[in-house]
Amino acid sequence: MQHTEQQSPAEAGSPAPEYALEARGISKSFGGFFAVKDVDLKIRRGSVHALIGPNGAGKTTCFNMLTKALQPTSGQILLEGRDISRLPTSEVAQQGLVRSFQISATFPHLTCLENVRVALQSKYGRSFHFWRSLRAVAELNERAMALLGEVGLSDSAGLAASDLSYGKKRALEIATTLALDPSVMLLDEPTAGMGHEDVEPITELIAKVGKDRTIVIIEHNLSVVSSLSERITVLKQGEVLTEGTYAEVSSNPDVISAYMGGVDEL
Amino acid sequence: MSRYLGLAAILVLALIAPFFVYSVTLMTILVFVIFASSFNLLLGYAGLLSFGQAMFFGTAAYITGHILKTTGVSLEIAIIGGMLIGAVMGFLVGLVAVRRSGIQFAMITFAIAQFVYFLLLQSEFTGGEDGMQRIPRTEIFGFIDLSDNFSFYYFVLAVTVLSIAFFYRVVHSPFGEVLKAIRDNEPRVESLGFKPDRYKLVAMTLSAGMAGLAGGLKATVFQFATLTDVSWHVSGEVIFMTLLGGLGTLTGPMVGAGIVIGLNDHLAQFGEWALISQGVILLAVILFFRRGVVGELGAFVRRYKAGGRK
Repeated sequence: MQHTEQQSPAEAGSPAPEYALEARGISKSFGGFFAVKDVDLKIRRGSVHALIGPNGAGKTTCFNMLTKALQPTSGQILLEGRDISRLPTSEVAQQGLVRSFQISATFPHLTCLENVRVALQSKYGRSFHFWRSLRAVAELNERAMALLGEVGLSDSAGLAASDLSYGKKRALEIATTLALDPSVMLLDEPTAGMGHEDVEPITELIAKVGKDRTIVIIEHNLSVVSSLSERITVLKQGEVLTEGTYAEVSSNPDVISAYMGGVDEL
Repeated sequence: MSRYLGLAAILVLALIAPFFVYSVTLMTILVFVIFASSFNLLLGYAGLLSFGQAMFFGTAAYITGHILKTTGVSLEIAIIGGMLIGAVMGFLVGLVAVRRSGIQFAMITFAIAQFVYFLLLQSEFTGGEDGMQRIPRTEIFGFIDLSDNFSFYYFVLAVTVLSIAFFYRVVHSPFGEVLKAIRDNEPRVESLGFKPDRYKLVAMTLSAGMAGLAGGLKATVFQFATLTDVSWHVSGEVIFMTLLGGLGTLTGPMVGAGIVIGLNDHLAQFGEWALISQGVILLAVILFFRRGVVGELGAFVRRYKAGGRK
């Protein structure tokens, strides 16, 4: 990783940049319409940072640009001070920025163990070996089981992912993401569509894995946001409305009016 | 344990079959078992619907035939030649096609297959409309003479068994695991740091190589190669076999090939009724038996076992 010669002033001999992930003036336009306009984000290392905002605020577009699923129209994205603005998703993932999906993204026909093992294969270097038996990757099983244990799925290792409950699928997805040992995790509405009984364990799980990682989440459930995140950025109509702690943000009159009717919730 | 018994039973059946059934029919089934399995590797395990699988099969049949007619090398060299041609073609087609998925992938493979068809129609060495006739069956390894159909069947059977072992290995390999993940959820695989296109390209090359092997075998079984082998009918037939037998199962395409060839053989005397009955069967499979023969049987056995436990 030393060979990067991008024009990022953050490096230049300094040990580690303060921000794990940084967006500088990123915009995305779809045929003249700006879904996201000139957004700056600074995600501090080791923090949990939430992106919130009313529907249509550009959260998902922003998120997709950070994960490189969408190419920004203009602006710059830095991961650990390195410019990743023009890299494809797979490359960014190898560098430690891994996303989850809003719709649960497991591999339904694979077992839980296989789900996690596939992700472990990403850095193992045998993923093209079509002439070898699975014994070639048996070494990974131990690590896969440990990851499943971390999210409370040890007993389900042999089950097909499609047979899991919704909450467990999300947990499996987190285990799969953790397999890449990402420095930055981007979680797209991790509790969306979840029953009450599942929200709490997943929130706890995110808090647990977020201890030594940087996490960016989009989340509608504000109680999850308040219990998890140190910093919150509020988006409105594609632009940053404000940024701060939950207390700061929730007392901001602009935010309250943006969430018209959501005053009680905040 | 019962699985090994089943395998052994099938093998014994295959070994004694030519005493009861016409060996050319049996060899046709085996050729299509390999061919349908190659198609299944793409659709069933990588989610790629190839609508031009016959181009690898048919071209390889011509190439194997041409090698045998012009050089007189031993049989297995000529078949390997056809297989390599298939693999190279698959790689080249894959370079263009794997960036697309779904119907676009199907259309691209179909278009290229049509192009290959006309190329072969115009080529001198293929014999054009007349096809390539009287392909010699040379000795295998240079000294084993298998010119009569009865003993040749055992050679074809051996190649088929090796092919099935190959498919089994690919599907149950580290590569196969990634391939299945791509089939299940490609964006997710990409987000985990893989480049799915490269895996699909390898799958495409392997599949086309095996389709080529089937084509080469076919040329030596019938001792001729014609434009039918490269036509889209054959591409369609192999889709039919796979869907009928059961997509994404290793045994599905084999069962499907057996049923379709057997059916064609029996219904041949009724002319187009053979085609009409194929249509009706395909409709029934799509409407009622989505998982195909093997898939439905598997589901039935699972249900039965689950019921028995209660």
